[in-house]
Amino acid sequence: MKYAYFPGCSAESTARDMHASTTAVARSLGIELVEPKGWTCCGATAGHQTDRFLAAALPAASLAKVKDTGLDMVVSCAACYNRMKIANHEISASPDLRKGVGEALGRDYDGSVKVRHFLEVLLNDVGTETLQGSVKRSLNGLAVACYYGCLLVRPHDVTCFDDPENPTSMDRLVTALGGRALEWPHKVECCGGGLSLSRTDVVVRLTESILGMAQAAGAGCIVVACPMCQINLDMRQLDIEKQMGKSYRMPVLYITQLIGLCLGLSPDELGLDKLMISATDVIQAVGVA
Amino acid sequence: MTITIKKDKRVKGLLRRIADMTGADLGVCYQCKRCTSGCPVSKLAASGPAEMMRRLHLNAGDELLDSDIIWTCVSCETCSARCPMGIDVAAVMDAMRTLAREKRAARQKGNVPLFNLAFLQSVRLFGRSYDIAMITAYKLGTLKLMNDTDKFPAMLRKRKIALLPPLGADRKTTRRIFKKARQRKEAGL
Repeated sequence: MKYAYFPGCSAESTARDMHASTTAVARSLGIELVEPKGWTCCGATAGHQTDRFLAAALPAASLAKVKDTGLDMVVSCAACYNRMKIANHEISASPDLRKGVGEALGRDYDGSVKVRHFLEVLLNDVGTETLQGSVKRSLNGLAVACYYGCLLVRPHDVTCFDDPENPTSMDRLVTALGGRALEWPHKVECCGGGLSLSRTDVVVRLTESILGMAQAAGAGCIVVACPMCQINLDMRQLDIEKQMGKSYRMPVLYITQLIGLCLGLSPDELGLDKLMISATDVIQAVGVA
Repeated sequence: MTITIKKDKRVKGLLRRIADMTGADLGVCYQCKRCTSGCPVSKLAASGPAEMMRRLHLNAGDELLDSDIIWTCVSCETCSARCPMGIDVAAVMDAMRTLAREKRAARQKGNVPLFNLAFLQSVRLFGRSYDIAMITAYKLGTLKLMNDTDKFPAMLRKRKIALLPPLGADRKTTRRIFKKARQRKEAGL
C-alpha cells in the first residue's frame, strides 16, 4: 500500500504528535507514505474566509505535485482534508477557476487527485480484521468518546465521509482494538476550530459543552482526527478551569495515538508527552508499564 | 425577530452580489430556521443565519455587513449540511466576510480578519503557516499581548510549537498564487 501523504503545517508545529503517530502507525502496518516535495499550506479557514480563489489554488498547489504519480493523497489533518476536497470539487466544476489556478501554478490541474483521510485508509484498505491481527495490547474495555467535529463530515456531498450526523469510523476502530465506543450526542458538534485565538470566548464555550457531554457519557478519553479539535479540546481545558471553575482533566488523543499504543508502539514514539492533559490513565489502561 | 429595512431606491441590496459570488439560489429559502437551530454560535450573536437570509431577501444593503454573526461564525457548515433546500449558507457567510472586508464594515469582538491576515501573510512568506510569527503579528495587532501566554512555557517545554520557520515549502508557487488572487480581485473576477 503506497500513498502520497500530506502532513499539513500543524504537523511541523502544534500537531507533531499527530504526524508522529500517523507515520508510526503506517510503518507498523506496512503502509508506505510519500511526502510530495515542497508541499504548501492549504490556506485553512483563513483562506476560505478571505478569498475563494486562494481557497482553491492553495490546496491545488500540493495536489498538482501528486497528480503525475497516480497516487491517492492521504491526509491526517481534517482541515487540510476538507480544503483539498472542496478545492477539487470547485476546480472540476468551474472551467474559469481551473484556468486561473492553472495559470498561478504554471500547469493545468483538473481537480482529479483522490483525497483520502488516513482513517479511510485504515478502515477500507487495511480493514479492521487485519488491524485486529496486528494488535499487541487491547484497550481492555476503555470507554472512548469518538469526536469527529465538522471538517470530516461537512459538507457531506463533497467530503462523502461516513454518515454526516452519526459517523462511526473511529468507533469501529476503537471497537476493533477492544475499547468501548460510546454512543454520545456531540460527535459532530463544532469545537470552534480556527477561531481559537481570534474568538477564544466562543471556543471555550463550545469545547466546554463537548467535554461536559463526554464526561456525562462516562468517557475515559476523547479521540479526534483533527489538530484543531485536539488543541482546542485539550488546551482550552486550562481556560475552562480558570474561567468556569470546572475541572475535566479529560485526555484528548489522536485516534492514531490510541491505535499506536495497541500496536505496541511506545508513548514517546507516538508523541503522547505533548498532550497538555496527561494521558497516563489511558496508557495504563492499555497496560503499558 | 424584528427586521427593519431602509426603503431607499439608491441603496443597492447585497442579494444579487452574494448570489453571484456563491452561485447559490437564495430565493428558495423558506425560513424553516434549521440553520439557526443547528448553529453552535447563533445564541452568541445578535442574529442567526436564518435572519441573514431573510434580510438578504428583503434587499438589505451594506448595513448587513456590520452583523456580528459574520465574525462569530465558526465555519462549521452545520447550516449548509442541514438546509432542506440545499443552500450553501456557509458560503453565504464567506461571501459576506469578503464583502465586509472590502467595504471596511465594523469589526466586532475579537478580530477574525486580522487573524486571517496574519495567517495568510505567514503562508505567503514561508509557503506554510509559521505559528510563532503569525501569533506575534496577530497579538501586536490586537494589543492583547498577554492572552494565552500562560500556556506558552508548557508548549515550549513539550516542543508543541515550532520555533524555527518552516523550510522546504515551494514558496515560489505560493507567491504566484497570492499574486494571481490579487490580480483577479483587481480585475473584478
